Amino acid sequence: MNAHVNHKEWPLWEVFIRSRNGLDHKHCGSLHAVDAAMALKNARDVFTRRMEGVSVWVVRADDIVASDPDVKPEMFDPAADKIYRHPTFYTLPDEVNHM
Amino acid sequence: MYTQAMDIPSGDREASENSDAAYEAEFDAKLARGDFIEPKDWMPERYRKTLIRQISQHAHSEIVGMLPEGGWITRAPTLERKCILLAKVQDEAGHGMYLYSAAETLGVSRDELIEALHSGKAKYSSIFNYPTKTWADIGVVGWLVDGAAIMNQIPLTRCSYGPYARAMVRVCKEESFHQRQGYDLLLTLMKGSTDQRAMVQDAVNRWWWPSLMMFGPHDSESTNSGDSMKWGIKRISNDDLRQKFVDATVPQAKLLGVTLPDPDLKWNPARGEAGHWDFGPIDWSEFWSVVNGHGECNAERLADRIKAWDDGAWVREAALAHTQKRRHRDCVAA
Repeated sequence: MNAHVNHKEWPLWEVFIRSRNGLDHKHCGSLHAVDAAMALKNARDVFTRRMEGVSVWVVRADDIVASDPDVKPEMFDPAADKIYRHPTFYTLPDEVNHM
Repeated sequence: MYTQAMDIPSGDREASENSDAAYEAEFDAKLARGDFIEPKDWMPERYRKTLIRQISQHAHSEIVGMLPEGGWITRAPTLERKCILLAKVQDEAGHGMYLYSAAETLGVSRDELIEALHSGKAKYSSIFNYPTKTWADIGVVGWLVDGAAIMNQIPLTRCSYGPYARAMVRVCKEESFHQRQGYDLLLTLMKGSTDQRAMVQDAVNRWWWPSLMMFGPHDSESTNSGDSMKWGIKRISNDDLRQKFVDATVPQAKLLGVTLPDPDLKWNPARGEAGHWDFGPIDWSEFWSVVNGHGECNAERLADRIKAWDDGAWVREAALAHTQKRRHRDCVAA
C-alpha cells in the first residue's frame, strides 16, 4: 500500500458519462489531471472516442464519500426483513391481482 | 498474452499471510459464488500483489505496444491507413490508462507503476521487443498479435476483480477493430504485386511463433497459474488459449493465401469433440531470451519509454505549478 501522498503526481478524478439524454450519468473509470478543465478534456479523449456519451462529469476522487464494505450488514440488511415494502408481499383476489 | 511474465516466479510467494480467518472465509465464499471483489473489500495480500503485477504488466504492454506501430504512422501508404493507425495507437494509449487506473485501485500509485517499468522491475509483453520491419508487419501485428491478445482478454472480462474486469470489457469492445484492420490491410497487400505478397509472407514467417509464445509457457511450466485459477483471475489455461488461437487462425491464413511457418501443422480430427490443429514444438529458449532482455528491441523500447517520460517531466511539473499558482491567487482574492 502506498500511504504517502505524492505531491508530484497529478490528482485522481472519477469520470461519469451520460451515454444519451434520458439516462443517468454512469461511473466509467478514473484518470489523472491537474484541474477540472484538464480532467474534462482527458475524459473526452480517454472515454468517449466512439461517441459513448453526450455529457461528462468529473469529480475529484478525494471528494467522494463512500460507504464502508465492512459495515455492509448494518447498512443494507434492515431492508431484508421489510418484505412488505415489495408489491409481491400482498396476495389479492385474482380479479385485481394485476394491480 | 500481454501478461505472460506472470509466469516468472516473483519472490512474492513467501509473503506472510496473517489474515483474519473470518475475512478470508468471506473472500473465498464470494469467489465461490462468482461474486466480484471490489477495491475496498478485504482481500488476501497475495491476491492484491498478484493483481497489481498482472494489471500493471498489462498496462505497460499497452503503452510499450504503441512503439512498434507509432513509427509507421508517418509512413502509412494512404491517408486512410494513416487515420486508422493513429486511431489504433490512440486506443492502445487509452487501454493503458484504463488499466493503470484499475491497478491504482489496489493501493499503488501511478508514479510507482511507471518507475517499476523504467527500472526494469516490471515486465511488459515480450512480443513488443520484436521489430516492425515492413508495412506488412503492421498488418500482421493487428491480425496475429492483437488476435492473440483478444483471445486472452475475453476471459479476463469475467475475472474476479471488478475494476480489472470492467476495464477489460471496455478494451475488448475496442480491440476487435484492431484485428480486423490488420487483416484488411493484409488482404489489400495480397491483391498487390508479387513483391507485396512476398512481404506479407515474410512478416507472417517472423511473427507466427512469437505470437504463439504470447500465451506464455506450457501449463506444466506455468508457475503462478494455480493461484490465478483459484482466485478467478485466470479462467482458461495458457495451452487451451493457444490451441484456440491456432484453430481460429489456420483457416484465416488459408483465406489470406499465406502459409504458416510450421511443417508440423496438421488437422487432427481425433482430438477433442470437433478436432484440433496439431502444431510443432515452440522454441522456448527464444521466449526466455527475449523475456530476459535479449530480444532485438528490448533496450530500444525501454529507452524510448524513459525518454518520453523524462522529456515530458517539465510539462507535468509546469501544469501542476500553474494550477497551484491559480488556486493560491483565488484564495488570496477571496
